[in-house]
Amino acid sequence: MVPVSYYLTLSAVLFTIGALGVLIRRNALIIFMSVELMLNAANVAFVAFASVYEVLSGQIFVFFVMTVAAAEVAVGLALIVAIFRTKHSIDVDQLNNLKG
Amino acid sequence: MILSEAANPGLFFNLVPWIVFFPVIGLLINLIFGRRMSEKAIGTVASLASGLAFVVSVLLAYSLSAVQGHAQTVYLAEWIHIGTLQLDWTFRVDTLSAVMMLVVSGVGTLIHIYAIGYMHEDVRFKNDVGRFRRFFVFLNLFIAMMMILVSGDSYLMLFVGWEGVGLCSFLLIGFWYDMDTLARPSTANADAGKKAFIANRVGDFGFLLAIFTTFWAFGSLQFDTVFSQVEHAPAAVITAITLFMLIGVAGKSAQVPLYVWLPDAMAGPTPVSALIHAATMVTAGVYLVARSAPLYSAVHGAQYIVAMVGAVTALFAATIAVGQYDIKKVLAYSTISQLGFMVAAVGMGAFVAGMFHLVTHAFFKALLFLSAGSIILGMERGHHHLAHGHGEHDGDEEVFDPGDMRNMGNLRKRMPVTFWLYMVGTLALAGIFPFAGFWSKDEILLDAKLHFPGVYTLLAIAAFLTAFYMGRQIWMVFFGQERTEVAEHAEESPPVMTVPLMVLAALSLLGGALNLPGVYTLTRWLEHTIEGAEAGEFSFMVAGVSTALALLAIFISWLLYGRKPLAAGQPDPLKKMLGPIFTGMENKWFVDEGYKAVFIDRYNDLAYFLAQTLDWKFWHDWLHEQVIFRAFKGLTRFLADPVDLGFIDAIANGLANKTKQASASLRRIQNGFVRSYALSVLLGVVTILGYLLFK
Repeated sequence: MVPVSYYLTLSAVLFTIGALGVLIRRNALIIFMSVELMLNAANVAFVAFASVYEVLSGQIFVFFVMTVAAAEVAVGLALIVAIFRTKHSIDVDQLNNLKG
Repeated sequence: MILSEAANPGLFFNLVPWIVFFPVIGLLINLIFGRRMSEKAIGTVASLASGLAFVVSVLLAYSLSAVQGHAQTVYLAEWIHIGTLQLDWTFRVDTLSAVMMLVVSGVGTLIHIYAIGYMHEDVRFKNDVGRFRRFFVFLNLFIAMMMILVSGDSYLMLFVGWEGVGLCSFLLIGFWYDMDTLARPSTANADAGKKAFIANRVGDFGFLLAIFTTFWAFGSLQFDTVFSQVEHAPAAVITAITLFMLIGVAGKSAQVPLYVWLPDAMAGPTPVSALIHAATMVTAGVYLVARSAPLYSAVHGAQYIVAMVGAVTALFAATIAVGQYDIKKVLAYSTISQLGFMVAAVGMGAFVAGMFHLVTHAFFKALLFLSAGSIILGMERGHHHLAHGHGEHDGDEEVFDPGDMRNMGNLRKRMPVTFWLYMVGTLALAGIFPFAGFWSKDEILLDAKLHFPGVYTLLAIAAFLTAFYMGRQIWMVFFGQERTEVAEHAEESPPVMTVPLMVLAALSLLGGALNLPGVYTLTRWLEHTIEGAEAGEFSFMVAGVSTALALLAIFISWLLYGRKPLAAGQPDPLKKMLGPIFTGMENKWFVDEGYKAVFIDRYNDLAYFLAQTLDWKFWHDWLHEQVIFRAFKGLTRFLADPVDLGFIDAIANGLANKTKQASASLRRIQNGFVRSYALSVLLGVVTILGYLLFK
């Protein structure tokens, strides 16, 4: 039986990779993927705790997260396509019109 | 309305407001529709308005005789009801006011008719046809105001009319306000109007004081109420009232020392001189004294002063009349002189004699003035004729004075009708039997001889001078040879002017019948109103002396002016004989100059001082510029610089600057890079989590 700390460590590593990806990369698609990574890191943590405490609500919550992620993908990809059409680029550093 | 309330069926007292309404209607018609009416229509409306007032006056006089002369009052409308002061628009019909109404409307109507012809030509000689209508509007207004004056039942209503006729006088003296009497552009006529108005102001001030004192002493201004309390009032109060009133009389009736406006008033058109400044308005003062007879009868001291003022005026003005060359000026001074006779008469208590002379004087002086107007127009026509005959040479020719007697001569050939009319007027004025003036003047002289010998002497000399200056005028104007070419071409006036003159001439001839010795119609008539009006016995002595004096004066005037007629350019023969005295007469004894030196120049100095020193230097330069302006400027500077800029603006600007600095530093966070926002979110989450974990 793999101890739960391993899952949590994996989850933390994944989340950190995702967070760094969001912070560091400029490509909107990559950032998007990194966000998915963080969501799934959270899913891993949910599922791990659900199996440890034998509570199903953690697993149910994962389904919600996946649903939201799917919806997010639909909206996000549409946004990215729209941005690409106007800007011919999906580099987020060029999307800085809303600065003070 | 007024007609239906007749108290006495068959009598006409309730018609009395119409003596005012008719002229007012006439003037309104001319005022509103006159622009589209012909001159004839305008003149007819105005004359008709005045004529209807005359008809009403006749009906009133008839009604009055039917009730044995008992005074009637007719209430028209409420006026002033304040506390004990109860004043209404109430008309008073008694024998005295009826006489005045008849004279005003009767003579007024004749002058209206005459004026149709006179103004027709006058407006053409002066090149302003549009003023024809205005003239008749003013004339009707005058009749209305004069009627209010004579028919009022209280001093205040009388005062309304008194001021109203003063206004009309002012308007009509300055009728040709943009020229002088010779139609040259100037303000001379307007100045004459102003002078009349201001001189009258002085008199009206006195009259107002009299009214106030009356109200203070008697608590009423209504004639009967005042007169019934005279016995109980202290003599000093009544003396004050009567003397204040005398100032008013001196102003309106042109007595010494306020007479100076009347000669200048001749600037008005001649019908105005006849109606307002000879026959009616100027006699208002005489009427006032006669109306206030109970007051004057109560204080003999005041009576004496009034009589002396009148007598001095009569003599003083007569001397000036001798030295005048302008035909209207002679008549003007003659009017002042005759008014002096009347005032002397009413002052002496001979109220009937005064009123009698007022009536006859209205006839013959109106006749004289209107005839003089006819002569002046005749000369104008001659001048016009010549100017056209010789071709137009305007501008460089000397201005011709058609009223200067030195320009006339032998006019009886060219203007026979006017000549005879003028003769009638002259004989009436000179007091030759049987003309009207003879009877009325003798009544005054008789009274004077009986009660006031000093006054009698002055009046007798004045009567002598009257005959002399009228004789001088006749010889200069109608006899001898023509002294100018214009006089040779003078033309007679049309019937519209001469017919009213004939009526007046008939009245001047027969007016004496009003109060013939032995019959005393007027005395009997007036004694209903004026208590103690007594008829003096006719004295052949007095009449004989005055007639002899008049004939002597005419004879002397013939010696001087008739026997050897004045040649063109020759000085007056009196000038050689009397020397400086004649210069004085000629220059009106320098009264105008004296007034100028004593009053007008001082007044101007005062006005100049007030304007220059008080108003400009003190008020404007010092108080406004230095004190108020400087102080205000200093205050605003203080408020603007330290307070507004230094304090209030500092707060506002400081706030703005701080906000700006804060936003400048804060805006650096808002850089538009999604990743830096994400980092902030991350840091925020870490911070919150850290806090939650390690708290």
